[in-house]
Amino acid sequence: MIITNAKWNRGSISGETSSLKATIDGSELNIPMDTANRHYAEILKQVADGDITIAEAD
Amino acid sequence: MAKIKLQGNASGTGVLTVTAPNTSTDRTITLPDSTGTILDNTSTLDATKLSGTLPALNGSSLTGIAGRKNMVINGAMQINQRGTTATGGSTALHYGACDRWRMYQENTSAAYTLSQDSNSPDGFGSSYKVDVTTADSTLDATDRVDLLYRFEGNELQHLKKGTASAESVTLSFWVSSPKTGTHIIEFYDNDNSRAIHKAYTISAANTWEHKTILIEGDTTGAFDNDNNLSLQFNFWLMAGSNFTSGTLDTSWGSVTTANRAVGQVNVMDSTSNNFYLTGVQLELGSTATDFEHRSFGEELAACKRYYQSSGTMQYLSVVRWQGGVGNGLQWYQFQNEMRAAPTMSISGGWTTGSKFTTPSQWDVITTKGAQLEGNVSQGLSEIFYAHDGTIYMDAEL
Repeated sequence: MIITNAKWNRGSISGETSSLKATIDGSELNIPMDTANRHYAEILKQVADGDITIAEAD
Repeated sequence: MAKIKLQGNASGTGVLTVTAPNTSTDRTITLPDSTGTILDNTSTLDATKLSGTLPALNGSSLTGIAGRKNMVINGAMQINQRGTTATGGSTALHYGACDRWRMYQENTSAAYTLSQDSNSPDGFGSSYKVDVTTADSTLDATDRVDLLYRFEGNELQHLKKGTASAESVTLSFWVSSPKTGTHIIEFYDNDNSRAIHKAYTISAANTWEHKTILIEGDTTGAFDNDNNLSLQFNFWLMAGSNFTSGTLDTSWGSVTTANRAVGQVNVMDSTSNNFYLTGVQLELGSTATDFEHRSFGEELAACKRYYQSSGTMQYLSVVRWQGGVGNGLQWYQFQNEMRAAPTMSISGGWTTGSKFTTPSQWDVITTKGAQLEGNVSQGLSEIFYAHDGTIYMDAEL
């Protein structure tokens, strides 16, 4: 997967990060923090490998 | 009838012995009042002669046929929620066209269009079509393309993998390939990094052929009992020398790259090539039985565990309930529970109502629904809406 523009989402009610937004293979996606989700698993892998970073939420 | 005659065979030398049972009770055997031969273990029993109450069936003699037998969802390629998908090139993994089926490629410049097609063998209405749009006829060592299907571990526990009583399974399918010769099927155990490979031969190009592959049980490495990827099988379509330079591993074992696709022909070598697949069935046991046709509704519901589309939305209203920094909020309930919390996206001609700008994010995302947060700039408790877009939920493996 080609992942760019990864950034945490912050919920306006909870004020906590519960998902993130990223562009994956050219599509803008909202991705849950669920390790069974293949996109999230790949993001964690690429972060661990030092290939990408996730920007803080606004 | 007043007489009984016993007549020996004119040429045989064996002796016929009639033995009395070891009992003190008198017994009478009545012979049928007709001409014929008494049944032996080679006789055919005419079903029309069966009457009365059948004995209870013993479940142990019905292995492999009890319950739903086809482990593959959408094996008849009926469901196509994504529509035709043009892909290939730089992206390695593609879910496209028929649900649950996925393309994988490495290195190659080959590109293709994936679609559901009406070209199919008798008894089927659809097939999965791979239409080569950019050919790669010069194989580099690392080139690879395959069409694959993935299972969760909790779907596989009855295979008893990793035990002494591990079960064999049989894969059967209809295929039409543009290339004659050897094609490779690979079963890959993702939990234990083990694999087994089998070859099948296409006899005539661009002709539907039915194939059956036996996959022996594996006594090593159990599948995890969870909702993650445990097993996939791959229809190889192209393989460079890195995957073909050894000897095909036809028994379960650790993976040796050079032994994965030995002999695989190159289906990607011409833009005239179309590869079709349908009627895919994976069942317990060593015998391929007739394809289990399931209803469209059953298959669609099963597919929605992995992928859903809202279709074009009419009006999706949101309410701004909180002052200050509050956004408009709407809980979007999924059509059924999904395998995992899905990746959410929106596309199409999404337009928004007054003061409702582009939906900015999905906040809480669960297996059952997700919370849409839309940016609004109007008063507290007012209702706004989004219109004419499509929401996609992707929890594929």
